[in-house]
Amino acid sequence: MPSAILADPAEVTSSEAALRRFLHGLPGVDRVGTEARAAMLATRSIKTDAKVAAIDLAIRMIDLTTLEGADTPGKVRSLCAKALHPDPGAPDTPRPAAICVYGDLVAEAKAALGDSGVHVAAVATAFPSGRASLDVKLADVAYAVAAGADEIDMVIDRGAFLAGRYRDVFDEIVAVKAACARDEAAGGGSAHLKVILETGELSTYDNVRRASWLAMLAGADFIKTSTGKVAVNATLPVTLVMLQAVRDFREATGRQVGVKPAGGIRTTKDAMKYLVLVNETVGSDWLDPDWFRLGASSLLNDLLMQRQKLATGRYSGPDYVTVD
Amino acid sequence: MGNPFEYAPAPESRAIVDIAPAYGLFIDGAFAEATDGGRLKTVNPATEEVLAEIAVGGEADVDRAVKAARKAFKSWSALPGAQRAKYLFRIARLIQEHARELAVLESIDNGKPIRESRDVDIPLVAAHFFHYAGWADKLAHAGFGPDPRPIGVAGQVIPWNFPLLMLAWKVAPALAGGNTVVLKPAETTPLTALRFAEICVEAGLPNGVVNIVTGAGETGRALIAHPDVDKVAFTGSTAVGKEIARTIAGTRKRVTLELGGKAANIVYDDAAIDSAVDGIVEGIFFNGGQVCCAGSRLLVQESVADELLASLTRRIKTLRVGDPLDKNTDVGAINSAAQLSRIQELVAAGEAEGAERWSLAGELPGKGFWFPPTVFTGVTQAHRIARDEIFGPVLTVQTFRTPAEAVEKANNTAYGLSAGVWTEKGAKALWTAQRLRAGVVWTNTFNKFDPASPFGGYKESGFGREGGRHGLEAYLDV
Repeated sequence: MPSAILADPAEVTSSEAALRRFLHGLPGVDRVGTEARAAMLATRSIKTDAKVAAIDLAIRMIDLTTLEGADTPGKVRSLCAKALHPDPGAPDTPRPAAICVYGDLVAEAKAALGDSGVHVAAVATAFPSGRASLDVKLADVAYAVAAGADEIDMVIDRGAFLAGRYRDVFDEIVAVKAACARDEAAGGGSAHLKVILETGELSTYDNVRRASWLAMLAGADFIKTSTGKVAVNATLPVTLVMLQAVRDFREATGRQVGVKPAGGIRTTKDAMKYLVLVNETVGSDWLDPDWFRLGASSLLNDLLMQRQKLATGRYSGPDYVTVD
Repeated sequence: MGNPFEYAPAPESRAIVDIAPAYGLFIDGAFAEATDGGRLKTVNPATEEVLAEIAVGGEADVDRAVKAARKAFKSWSALPGAQRAKYLFRIARLIQEHARELAVLESIDNGKPIRESRDVDIPLVAAHFFHYAGWADKLAHAGFGPDPRPIGVAGQVIPWNFPLLMLAWKVAPALAGGNTVVLKPAETTPLTALRFAEICVEAGLPNGVVNIVTGAGETGRALIAHPDVDKVAFTGSTAVGKEIARTIAGTRKRVTLELGGKAANIVYDDAAIDSAVDGIVEGIFFNGGQVCCAGSRLLVQESVADELLASLTRRIKTLRVGDPLDKNTDVGAINSAAQLSRIQELVAAGEAEGAERWSLAGELPGKGFWFPPTVFTGVTQAHRIARDEIFGPVLTVQTFRTPAEAVEKANNTAYGLSAGVWTEKGAKALWTAQRLRAGVVWTNTFNKFDPASPFGGYKESGFGREGGRHGLEAYLDV
């Protein structure tokens, strides 16, 4: 489907009008059908060996997150310790993919995690509202990258998007992507860019699909649902639409983009539903922490408790996992 | 490309159902043997395991059942509507209470995935009884005049594809209207009807109001030909429907027939493609395509045909075919060896006539009756697979260029039960729906049922409507 409508990515982003034409030419999203499909996939029954594999996979996909105004270096250090040893009683427990913090705590997290392989993701660009001047946003990104962030979670300017100023949103993502580049002294390369669409504020699935394509065209490495700071965060249907977008985008351009639902994913059962969605929408190519993440703070403990239950046959309770 | 997690088997326990080795006929509130002792076996189509022996009702048995229904009609039709409603509500609630058991039983006897019997069939069965329970005391306000009367004894013959749901479609409006019934379930799927008979007893339904006479074609013929049957209701094949029409021609019997279909699913180039693909899959692979209103003919606008087919194929590859009791199964078994061979015959005809076949790869269970989801491309109106009802998981794909051509092709069939239209443009959806000669036209969805919504056919798909107020009319003298 997309190969026919995206002949030349450079052409569709060449002007405001071309970009609008392209985004509004994408196939529509049927609300009823999309929600029905997500609800059907949520009834898949994951048992025994499949559940063991899925729990470990879900743990490896977590961006263990703390994004509170009250965050302290101490809290971040204990979160890092948790990432390094999720279940002290079960050393074979895999580690989550990343620690996700505010930019000012990146250095703290980097120091705590060392070369463990657990990434540090920083939210930037005036997270969570995204309402600041471009200069401030870029400075925010540069600061986090300089502090060693491996991944940058940026928010899009929803105001501009909803006003139809797609080109402004596009340009901003392109600029942020450029700001993710590390200088040679810091090892070169570029921090991975996750673009938060804040789907709860975009309100329609058509908007979610358009924003997904917009972010991918602008160079996003990941598209992410939410900040976790609004009333409606990640949902299964929204994630389904975003998965369809990355699938179609890869088909059209050959470039694979990751997906990260975030906010409100608290239980193993929820996590299983997301994995099923990935499995049956985009397939095993995305069933990997490189291509799918779960933004969550309390999910890890529930996964650990379920893991313990599968290992021992008994449910031990919340005192058998660490609180932070 | 290895999948880090494959779904482990998740079978629903069948311990909840208790299948007796043999069943009698349910006549006048009690189970009884067939007069001539005739028996036949019902098997699990997924394993070919014999589930139970059922009695084959002969003419004498049908006569006993009709007499019981006639006797019960006197008092049942005289009950205040609110009293009849009470029984129907009770039945509806008992169906909900036994929902899991009924779903498992249906899947074992029919071969359909538990996901469908659990999430679609049984909830709809309960919903139909609830719906018509609500009508029972409001007949005077249904728009059929101040005092609509029941017709009398209804002789009902139902198919094997939705055994309990078709029972509900027929029994619930009949009882609400004050009629009594003699129902013959299909010979391959009698078990939920027999369990329903027990539910009627549990609900305290007066004897003779519902009678279940099991058997095959002969039993059905005897029931329809019985002189004291006032109203005939049949769902099944067009061939049998024609035979029924001939049988009752010239009698005073009322009749409704729900027959075959060859529904067109029209996808315009401005459709929401992902949902259209889901809808096409739902339209043709729901219940293994053994659905009279299945969307078996895909008509797709030429400009998006290649892309849509690629998406469709990708989506079909995610379907799981296998154990109907596994909660993750999408496509179950074909109901009988006879039906499987009919599907095979028509598919062979499609290949012989030059259409291009694609079937889902993968091993099918060694025992039982199975057919993989199949798509034929390069199909024209002249192909037999585009004309004959296949009643299996086989989709034919044709293309069109203009809306007028889509409508023309869609209507160019002997049938007219259902159709689907996929477009994001409301006016185009309405324009198309108004021109489609089909009883149900779904827009941007497919195979959705609701007790309040009438269902029935044009042309060889039969006449009369079931469901809603219209379904009530078929059981009232108005």
